[in-house]
Amino acid sequence: MADQKDLYYVNDLPVPETPAAGDNPQPWGQTNVIGKGLPRADGYDRVSGTAVYPSDVTLPRMLYGAVLRCPHPHAKVQSINTKAAQQLPGVRTIITNQSQSAKLTWRWADGHENLLFDSHCRFEGEAVAAVAADTPQQAQDALRAIDVDYKVLPFVVDERKALESAAPDIHSGGNQVNKDSYSRGDITKGFTEADVVREREFRTESELHTPLELHGCVANWEGDSLTIWESTQGVYAVQSKVAATLKLPLSKVRVIGHYLGGAFGSKLQPGKYTIIAALLAKETARPVKLFLSREETFLCVGNRPPANMKIKAGAKSDGTLTALEFVATGTGGAYPAGGTAILDWLVRDLYLCPNVRCETTDIFINGGPSRPFRAPGHPQCSWALEQIMDELAEAIGMDPVDLRLRNIPLISQGRGSIPYTTTGLEECIKQGAEKFNWSQSREAATQANQRGGHLKRGVGMGSCVWFVGGGGPPSTVIVKLFADGSVNLNMGASDIGTGTKTIMAMVAAEELGVKPELIQIENADTGTTQYATPSGGSKTVPTEAPTVRAAAIEVKRQLLQMAADHLDVQPEELRFAGNMVVSKQDSGKKVAITDISQLKKRGVVVGTGYRGPNPENKSVNPFAAQFCEVEVNTHTGEIKLLRFLGANESGRVINRLTYDNQVFGGIAMGIGLGMTEVRQFDDGQSGKLVNKNWHDYKLPTALDVPLQMTSLPIDLPDAEANSTGAKGLGEPVTIPTAAAIANAVCHATGVRFTDTPLNPLQVMKVLTQSNTKEG
Amino acid sequence: MSKKSTDGNCECGRGVTRRGFLSAAGASTALFAAGARFQINEVQAASPEFTTEDMSKITLDINGQRKRLLVEPRWTLLFVLRDRLGLTGTKVGCERGECGACTVLVNDEPRYACMLLAVEAVGKKIVTLEGLMNKEQLGTTQQAFLEQDAYQCGYCTPGQIMAAEGLLRANPNPTLDEIARGMSGNLCRCGAYTHIFEAVKAAAVNKRS
Repeated sequence: MADQKDLYYVNDLPVPETPAAGDNPQPWGQTNVIGKGLPRADGYDRVSGTAVYPSDVTLPRMLYGAVLRCPHPHAKVQSINTKAAQQLPGVRTIITNQSQSAKLTWRWADGHENLLFDSHCRFEGEAVAAVAADTPQQAQDALRAIDVDYKVLPFVVDERKALESAAPDIHSGGNQVNKDSYSRGDITKGFTEADVVREREFRTESELHTPLELHGCVANWEGDSLTIWESTQGVYAVQSKVAATLKLPLSKVRVIGHYLGGAFGSKLQPGKYTIIAALLAKETARPVKLFLSREETFLCVGNRPPANMKIKAGAKSDGTLTALEFVATGTGGAYPAGGTAILDWLVRDLYLCPNVRCETTDIFINGGPSRPFRAPGHPQCSWALEQIMDELAEAIGMDPVDLRLRNIPLISQGRGSIPYTTTGLEECIKQGAEKFNWSQSREAATQANQRGGHLKRGVGMGSCVWFVGGGGPPSTVIVKLFADGSVNLNMGASDIGTGTKTIMAMVAAEELGVKPELIQIENADTGTTQYATPSGGSKTVPTEAPTVRAAAIEVKRQLLQMAADHLDVQPEELRFAGNMVVSKQDSGKKVAITDISQLKKRGVVVGTGYRGPNPENKSVNPFAAQFCEVEVNTHTGEIKLLRFLGANESGRVINRLTYDNQVFGGIAMGIGLGMTEVRQFDDGQSGKLVNKNWHDYKLPTALDVPLQMTSLPIDLPDAEANSTGAKGLGEPVTIPTAAAIANAVCHATGVRFTDTPLNPLQVMKVLTQSNTKEG
Repeated sequence: MSKKSTDGNCECGRGVTRRGFLSAAGASTALFAAGARFQINEVQAASPEFTTEDMSKITLDINGQRKRLLVEPRWTLLFVLRDRLGLTGTKVGCERGECGACTVLVNDEPRYACMLLAVEAVGKKIVTLEGLMNKEQLGTTQQAFLEQDAYQCGYCTPGQIMAAEGLLRANPNPTLDEIARGMSGNLCRCGAYTHIFEAVKAAAVNKRS
């Protein structure tokens, strides 16, 4: 037990100046908590097993739900016979498209609404029926006993074929979802002005999120009130969709998501499974737990769309970019789901270029709908853009780092040339290259390769901007200070593993001058915490941190008022000094915070903070550059990643420990895109996904990440972005990874690799083709 | 959909075998063209009522305690730990031996609890994450994971910790390469591997001192 005196405001933590009501807080000067590498506020819970994830929730009388899914990529349900299944032991209910309760509308996107169990199944894994049983095994038995008569329809699962006239229409209007175009300047003139022009086609394969915790929930009704424990990035997003689908008032749907085991964008929204669990629970009048099987998570809860990209770039011999042209296709699956969303953003915004033309076409296929996947569109675009940049560099005989430094914008060209609040792009590249020992390493690799042998060394890099990352309203946070000076922090935001809870506790601790470990955190519960948008888009820190700060400042203002009443002075005369409130003029006039009579009487001070607006006509974005060194075995096609460095400018660093962890994790995920992951359909025969498990779909393991990893923060507090100076980090950390690897492999082998993933098979194929061509 | 409990060489006659599933699902274009039904209904129509008499009475040694249980023969150790004993420190990730989220120690060796039937675990010494605790105090390996921030979402973490614990019991002083190999049976989608390596190093040092 803590000593009583430790509970109070502590003397060694100064309290920042409290701005008057209506005034904006100044950026922090010297900080005491912010910037340190503190272990997580909920670390004990996570390593002891006491953290209760939604999939750990067990309620009395709970049943287990399971969903029967269409085994074909395109089919119509003719009839469903559940008779045999109903008779199996432990089966409590079965719902199908014939069940009255299930006649609900499911909204995929604007203009794309159909039934929850729609008879027209447009992708393998579409929900057809569901059961609830006493045990999960009995639920699976029942699924197998349901007899469905399908009319199998022609399918197309490759977006490169889906616009051909022979391809079956997935929706009545044809298979093109939309076509977006963008241009600035004069692209023809731009290419005419160029001394060198390079052009190439690239492709990145579709990636599946597959977070470790399965998608699902536990649903429980108490009369007409529904409570859902869901593995989600945003409890309020789940609440609104569930309420809208079931036609319930928001107040009758409580969603709790204290923990979740990974998401990466795939849990920004509820799934059909959430609705189905609620229906099964209603039918049986018992709580129902419905978590998907691993196989199902490969089919129907999102993916990163594949991208087919043709890029053309022109530059003058001094490295000045004159033109960029980008034409791409992609697919979000069987419903509109952003198959090419912000796919061209890096071309539009990353490097200074007056003449740009982009065109993207989103196409339907009979595949599971996409969901946002960590930095949607960006790693794909980076794969093409960063490689063509390296080709330009080679063509004009310039170092790749120097070429990029030659084209640094201070304005967001993609947004009509408004300035960035801050940009650390140049510093990420410069300092990153220096810390990585870029020039010497590249030279050493080149020389080593000239000596021959089948092991080739390569050094490569890539840089990026992330589309958003500045956060913004709305958000509401409540900070409560108890009579003993300890604190409760109440916010709706989920901590998806990035350390949100810890970071927000540090912000409150900094502003209030209390120890972070004295802050209790309550979050991600629509019943008890405040409104927040889902944690995604690298916006949680820049959205919630200033809101927490605002709430803490409100607590201080109220405390100053209470102390003023107590001391019979004006609040403006007072300031915080450790655990005391002291008069600025007369240091004899003071009161310990915990002795303030009103605080003792009330028991608590409640401060509410709101997220203010972002700066007008400016763009808030994080930037990054990554560098890596590889060794390629030209006999086996194996690539060994020797080392990686991630330099990130995400404004102020709040927690160095979780910051570095994000950087390394983003690189690990980028290695997946670049080297191991590919969604593989049986294109010719069945149209089914053939690698819907982690044996055949390869995630990077401990053996696939370099043992030498460096995180280099460019700690540049952004005073204009928000009151904490922090920008988002979670997405830029993964954008340039795959491209940096490809550039390093090209440096090692002299061969351009245009398609992901760079697994041994692919590498050997390309190397062999290249040798044949040369021979 | 095919499910692990009926995969492989199960001769229990309930549900379809994986082989049967594949032949029904993949069955030639002719079958699809004919708009064929999904042929799976014969087997389970004859499925007998499962009663407590068909369940096995077993005793498991878990975290030093003897647990007497009535289990279906097809129940995995993972299911029994989580859903019958409430030991949710052991996580479920794939139920097919791919991710390691359910790693426990079986006679001091890291094993996937999803790949072991409960009836197979009889007579073995099982240790779960909860078993590393000294009452409310974290074990050395757990403490190292906490201090090194060796996790993000934390869901694979119990399995990572058990794998690390097993590695260190067998090899108290592993090299970095041995650590990476020892941890390679546990997926971390957040990619916290770099910090996991640091934690295992720190745990090794702390265990020795």
